[in-house]
Amino acid sequence: MTADAVPVTSTITAILTDGVVKGAVYALVALGYTMVYGVLGMINFAHGEVFMIGMFACVYGIGAMSTAWGDHVALNLMLGVVIAMIFSAAYGYANERIAYRRLRRAHVLAPLTSAIGVSTFLQYFIFLTVSKQNVDFPRYYSDWLTNGHVRFATVDVTYLQLAIIGTTLVLMAALFYFINATRMGIALRAVAQDQLMAGLVGIPVNKVIAFTFVLGSALAAVAGVMVAMYNDVLGFDAGYRVGLKAFTAAILGGIGNVPGAVLGAVILGVSEALTTYWYGSGWSDVTTFVVLMLVLLLRPRGLLGERVADKV
Amino acid sequence: MLKLDRVYAGYGAIEVLKDLTLEVKAGEIVALLGANGAGKSTTLLTIAGVVPVRGGAITWREAPLPEGRPDAVLRAGLCLCPEGRHIFPRLTVLENLLSGSLRLPAGRNGPKLEEVFAYFPLLAERRAQLGGTLSGGEQQMLAIGRALMGEPQLLMLDEPSLGLAPQIVAKIFEIIRAINAKGVPILLVEQNAQQALRIAHRGYVIVTGQNSLTGTGAELLASDEVRQAYLGE
Repeated sequence: MTADAVPVTSTITAILTDGVVKGAVYALVALGYTMVYGVLGMINFAHGEVFMIGMFACVYGIGAMSTAWGDHVALNLMLGVVIAMIFSAAYGYANERIAYRRLRRAHVLAPLTSAIGVSTFLQYFIFLTVSKQNVDFPRYYSDWLTNGHVRFATVDVTYLQLAIIGTTLVLMAALFYFINATRMGIALRAVAQDQLMAGLVGIPVNKVIAFTFVLGSALAAVAGVMVAMYNDVLGFDAGYRVGLKAFTAAILGGIGNVPGAVLGAVILGVSEALTTYWYGSGWSDVTTFVVLMLVLLLRPRGLLGERVADKV
Repeated sequence: MLKLDRVYAGYGAIEVLKDLTLEVKAGEIVALLGANGAGKSTTLLTIAGVVPVRGGAITWREAPLPEGRPDAVLRAGLCLCPEGRHIFPRLTVLENLLSGSLRLPAGRNGPKLEEVFAYFPLLAERRAQLGGTLSGGEQQMLAIGRALMGEPQLLMLDEPSLGLAPQIVAKIFEIIRAINAKGVPILLVEQNAQQALRIAHRGYVIVTGQNSLTGTGAELLASDEVRQAYLGE
């Protein structure tokens, strides 16, 4: 079959699907940046590494389970995600306790620098103790997801793409409900808006902040597993790239704003996919940051960000 | 009920409270008066556990009050409405109220909300509005309502009349009296000495963190010192 035989519309739809899938992954990671920013006003630059640790925890967890009781694909995969979430959450929690909590009253540059330090530390910690090379995701576990597909009108969507978009939507909806309609959600927003007062009404501020890290990290872990399957490969520096993209998405949508992070992530994913299609993959990062710069120039608070005057 | 015995407290190198002694008895409204910087707000923040105690003792119901731990103080039943109201601007009025009782079982919220809405019918009307969009008076009502949601056994109010129009101030003081009439003792810090002393059973005047004068509301209203210093006469 020659390239001409593929209708252009279907190619574009496939590209857009890929863009939305990437956007969904960025969104899950971006939520961690934006929630921590919303609550603490700091950028957790080590968040990408928490995502990467989730990837490794899943792959090595699946390896261990496979040795222990054989390759039960669905079961092991599901448990693999749970293991990833537990590991990432533990690292996210530890980051906050060890590297950020003591700096909460310090100048903003202190926790930022600490975060960059943690990021580098975690990358090389994994590099030195786990794997210096890229590791393949066990194909046996992802094949059925990447090979199987459903045809929507003119485009084939793989089970994995559907699963990524579906999982992201479900997690978003759950998060949205959690933040907006539960008592813990009220506590979280109260801490984000006025830490002193939150303490005075009896909200355990430290626990709420730690929980924000745990929650964001668990979401990043799910994203990590999905990316590992989508790209088939993972490495110690995987978190850096995705983290930077997700951070950009969070800024794009308006840092601190949860729906904004999702919107920014999808815009970013789609514009990357389109650039790759039109100009080649080398240009996709260029597009990412051109989009970011344009948004910051024209609308410094991000697409859905609040005006600075609204912040108290 | 609440006793401060020769309390010292401050921030960093600055000692704000120096040998402060005061008491709030069951059922009382006690006014705490003094010039700017005299240590009125610091007194409340120290009781609330935000500012650490450096010397002396705070007792509540004959037992030492946990020091430096706002959550423990709150659990003991002492609730502070800080100066500036500190409404959560992007929570709705209802969510602001619910934030006041997050540490208590959710099942008790219904009757408490009814009680708060009975004091402040306006809050019921505006329950879905964001806290930050309320007027100053409404925010003060919300701040008091939020404190009531926490089932306080002693309420500390810091400058509830600050920046409010006279009619609103009168209304707020009326409600403070009504809350007190239901048995909640109140420790009230006010710039508006006249209004405060009218509803207070007793009052203390503090100067640079030390006791200066004390007496019943009527006595202080009549004293030359208070009249000159705080009532502008």
